[in-house]
Amino acid sequence: MALLDYLLGQRKKKSAHLAKDRLQILLAHERTEAKAPDYLPKMRDEILQVIAKYVDIDQEQLKISIDEENGFEVLELNLVLPDEKR
Amino acid sequence: MSKVIVVTSGKGGVGKTTTSASFSTALAMKGHKVAVIDFDVGLRNLDLIMGVERRVVYDFVNVVQGEASLKQALIKDKRIEGLYILAASQTRDKDALTLEGVEKVINDLKADGFDYIICDSPAGIEKGAQLALYFADEAIVVTNPEVSSVRDSDRILGILQAKSRRAEMGEDPVVEHLVLTRYNPTRVTAGEMLSKDDVVDLLSIKLLGVVPESQEVLNASNSGEPVVLNHDSDAAQAYVDIVERFLGADKEHRFLTEEKKGWLNKLFGKK
Repeated sequence: MALLDYLLGQRKKKSAHLAKDRLQILLAHERTEAKAPDYLPKMRDEILQVIAKYVDIDQEQLKISIDEENGFEVLELNLVLPDEKR
Repeated sequence: MSKVIVVTSGKGGVGKTTTSASFSTALAMKGHKVAVIDFDVGLRNLDLIMGVERRVVYDFVNVVQGEASLKQALIKDKRIEGLYILAASQTRDKDALTLEGVEKVINDLKADGFDYIICDSPAGIEKGAQLALYFADEAIVVTNPEVSSVRDSDRILGILQAKSRRAEMGEDPVVEHLVLTRYNPTRVTAGEMLSKDDVVDLLSIKLLGVVPESQEVLNASNSGEPVVLNHDSDAAQAYVDIVERFLGADKEHRFLTEEKKGWLNKLFGKK
């Protein structure tokens, strides 16, 4: 019954809200990614190759991004080195 | 001054061709000279929706490759004065269209005095879709109130802003319009479907119109008549509104609320 549905429906979040919340997060993420320069993936690979010559690293561990902070463009490189030194 | 308008969406099956057919038909009904081009090389469909599939002799690729003149390939609509259709080729060669070839066809159409050139984009974000939007002055982004369609529309908007001719030349950006199709007001009210405001918020783009989900759209494609010609249907009226708004009229949005039911029906009725 519609009345029961209405009363019960108040308790759980409506699916349209979920859709909007998920899209808001996703689109914000994908827009910054789309704005990143074309050379970024290639540069990431080349940096990885250099590091891999010296350290044994997991390919997935290198995070690289270009952000804007206080009007400056910041290239951020984030790599977790393994515990054991070679 | 002629205008090039791309009808695009990223995602397939959201109503690009339906919108292209009805939008161009309604523009021609307003007295403009309109050419509508099917850019979906390999998967020709606009001719079928427009009901001219048996009159295709030469197609877009024939013109681009110089095997036929534009005059030979343009199919004149028998219902509406001033409406012309350029069918897609069914070749499997994906590189059949070139940027230079497309540019020449569009320039020739402009020289022939066409007021509006409507480019019906293929789905996806590959070469075909990029060619369809490259020369656009304005874009109609067709979106369903559904997560994957909204996401793909956002991708296409990004491409319009970065890879259109206007973007590359540093000219004024392509004017973007949202057409929200397959809208179901009952489900929106029930909180089961993204509302028009949600989608406008997410994509930050101006709403040109909402087309309600309508059984008449399938009936129209079955019979090869753009749905806008079926004057009694909600979808037809929505498309007429869309064209009038596009031409500058200030019309309130319609078909946003469910049909009124009695309160007894609301409480105890079936959904």
